[in-house]
Formats: sequence, C-alpha cells, structure tokens
Amino acid sequence: MQCKSIEILVGLFVSICIAALFFLALQVSNFSDMQDNGSYTVIAHFENAGGLKNKALVSMAGVPIGRVAEISFDTDNYDAQVKMRIDARYNKLPEDTSASILTSGLLGDKYIGLTPGGLDEFLQEGDTIELTQSALVLERLISKFLFNSSDKDK
Amino acid sequence: MNFFQLIGQSSLKFLAKLGRSSLFLLSILVALGHTLSRPALLIKQIYSIGALTFWLIAIAGLFVGMVLGLQGVYTLSTFGAESALGIMVAASLVRELGPVVSALLFAGRAGSALTAEIGLMKATEQLSAMEMMAIDPLKYIIAPRFFAGFISLPLLAALFSAIGVFGGYLAGVELLNVDSGAYWSQMQSAIDFHDDIINGIIKSLIFAWLISWIALFEGIDAVPTSAGISRATTRTVVNSAFAILLFDFLLTALMFGTS
Repeated sequence: MQCKSIEILVGLFVSICIAALFFLALQVSNFSDMQDNGSYTVIAHFENAGGLKNKALVSMAGVPIGRVAEISFDTDNYDAQVKMRIDARYNKLPEDTSASILTSGLLGDKYIGLTPGGLDEFLQEGDTIELTQSALVLERLISKFLFNSSDKDK
Repeated sequence: MNFFQLIGQSSLKFLAKLGRSSLFLLSILVALGHTLSRPALLIKQIYSIGALTFWLIAIAGLFVGMVLGLQGVYTLSTFGAESALGIMVAASLVRELGPVVSALLFAGRAGSALTAEIGLMKATEQLSAMEMMAIDPLKYIIAPRFFAGFISLPLLAALFSAIGVFGGYLAGVELLNVDSGAYWSQMQSAIDFHDDIINGIIKSLIFAWLISWIALFEGIDAVPTSAGISRATTRTVVNSAFAILLFDFLLTALMFGTS
C-alpha cells in the first residue's frame, strides 16, 4: 500500500514537471511558430545591412512571412548578401518584389520589409531580389541634415 | 621547503581523490543497466530525492520570478521599456537562474541528505554487511540514487523556470500593470526553443550529474565517524556549489558567449 502511494506521488511529480516543460516550450518560447511547413530561400544584396541580425523577421504588408537565414559579405560586389527563408505558404511573390531594411520603432529591431511588384512570374528557390534599399543609418542621416541646413545658411 | 612540501602533498591528495571518484563514477555507469531493470528501486529514490524537493523548488521559483518582475519593472520603466519585461524575466530564468538556483537548492536539500545517508550506512557497516551477503551495494544503493538525481534535477529546473515566469507575470502584470499581451508576446518572440530552453536543460543535466557524483562520492569516501560524516556533508554542499557556479560560467561562455 505504501509502495503504491509512493508510485502515485512520483507519477504526479514527474507529470507536473513535464507539464511545466511543455508550458515553457509552447507558451514561453517560439516553438509553436517553428512548425516548418516548408520554406524556400531568396537572396538579396544590400549596400549596407547595418544592424540586421540572423533570425530577423521578413515581413510583407506588416505580416511576418519568413526569417533571415544568413548574412554574409559578398567579396565580388563588396556588399552584404542576405539569405532569407520564406514560408512555403507564400510562394506567389512577384519576381520584381523589392526588399528594404526597416526599423520597428525608433530603437527597435531591424527587419526586412518586402513590397510586391507587378509581374506575373513568381520568386523561386534561390532567386535574387534585384530591387533593394539599404538600412537607414541614423548617424549618416543626422550628418546629412546638419550639412544641408548649414548649406542653406550661406 | 615545508611550504612546497605542503603544496605537493595537497595536490597529490587532490589527484588521488579525483582518480578515486572517477573510478567510482565509472562503476556507477556500469551499473546503469541493472538500475533500469529494477525500476522499483529507482522510483523510491526519485520520491525521496525529487518529489520531496518539489515544494521547495516551486516556492523558490515563484518568489524569484516575482522579485525579477518587480526589479525588472523598476529598471525598465526608466527607459519606458516595461513591455520588454517578459523577455528579461524569461531569458534570465530559462538560461541562468532556473538551472543554477534549482541546482544550488537541490545540492542543499538532496545532496547533503545523500551524503549523510551513505556516510551513515558506511559508519554502521551496513554496506559491508550487504557485501557479506553477496549484494553489491553499488547496484542496489548507489546507482539508483545517482540516476534518480540525474532524472529529478532537470525536471525540477523546468518547474522552477515555468513557475518563475508565472511569478514574474503576477508581479509585473497583476501588481504593476505591465500590459499582459506585451509580456507574453515579447517573450515568445525573443525566447528560442533550441537556443534557450534546450541549452537550459543541458545545463541542468550537467549540474545533476555533478551534484549526484559529488554527494555520493563524499558519502562513500567519508571517514566513518560522526565528525567525519558531518565534514563530508559540508564538503558536499560547498563543493557542489563551487562546481555548479564554475561550470555555469563555462557553459554560459560556450553556449551564449558567441552570440
């Protein structure tokens, strides 16, 4: 009898702890949106990828449709090569879609925003997005602003 | 000369102890198959090592989470970034505090008990008596305790983190009016299952290994007198705490140092 109650208590203990683990996996982490229903890779070259990080969001019309997979320096063109994995559900992006690096909020994370084009042909695995716009570097913007305003004074 | 002799003596002693404990660990691992074939022994030990530590870990987790919530709001509100509270609470719990604090509590609650139990068995010659009856104490006494610790601590650490996240919710959202949606959604977008949660579990597996090993070895290596057992129990708690904090630094540097 006593043996049985110990077994019940151990069973309770183990199941509560495993429930806690499930809670961590489902509620606390991004495990639930990792369910991969396939994805395809699209490449884009940026003059300046300033501040973009791996796993940054790729969004279109404000809806996340993929993530940045890899950022590397392209030694042929001296620019940043960004590989993105786009969810296979969104396989009808026009070929002349343009990509720009944007910031969520003033100090928020960088993300890639895609703007659809008008062609009837769609982006395939390994295709390159031709139209890109670099990250906005705040320092450069401020210096340009100061420079222009001092020009006007003259 | 005396000074150098002292250094030499203590390092030789240390090496000898390391060697003895490694052989001890090896023989525990050899007895793994035997332990798994007798789950009744294992379940009894999971009860006394894991299930009885449940409330300690649950209450500690709740309060650590609530303190993190309060302090997090205090610091983050100076930057107007209370919405990032969820990230701060969850990341610090899942990566560091969950594995480390539960391991420290586990060493104090279960590790010391293991050492005292084994040491007393040795002092009252129960272990020798078992050997006389051709029962291998390693298989029936030591190995089930080792694997019970190895199973229990990762479960307890997961419990600690989950309850801590809930505690942070209580303090931050219910008490200090951080937005509940921001708390959960920011947490979910920042915490990665592989990078954060799996690495936290790997940490607590390694801590469980260290604590069970140190506690059982100190017990079996204790001088079989009452003073010897008390010293061995102290050594278990102190050495486990050192080992946990040292390995936590190394593991953090390995897992999160590069990103």
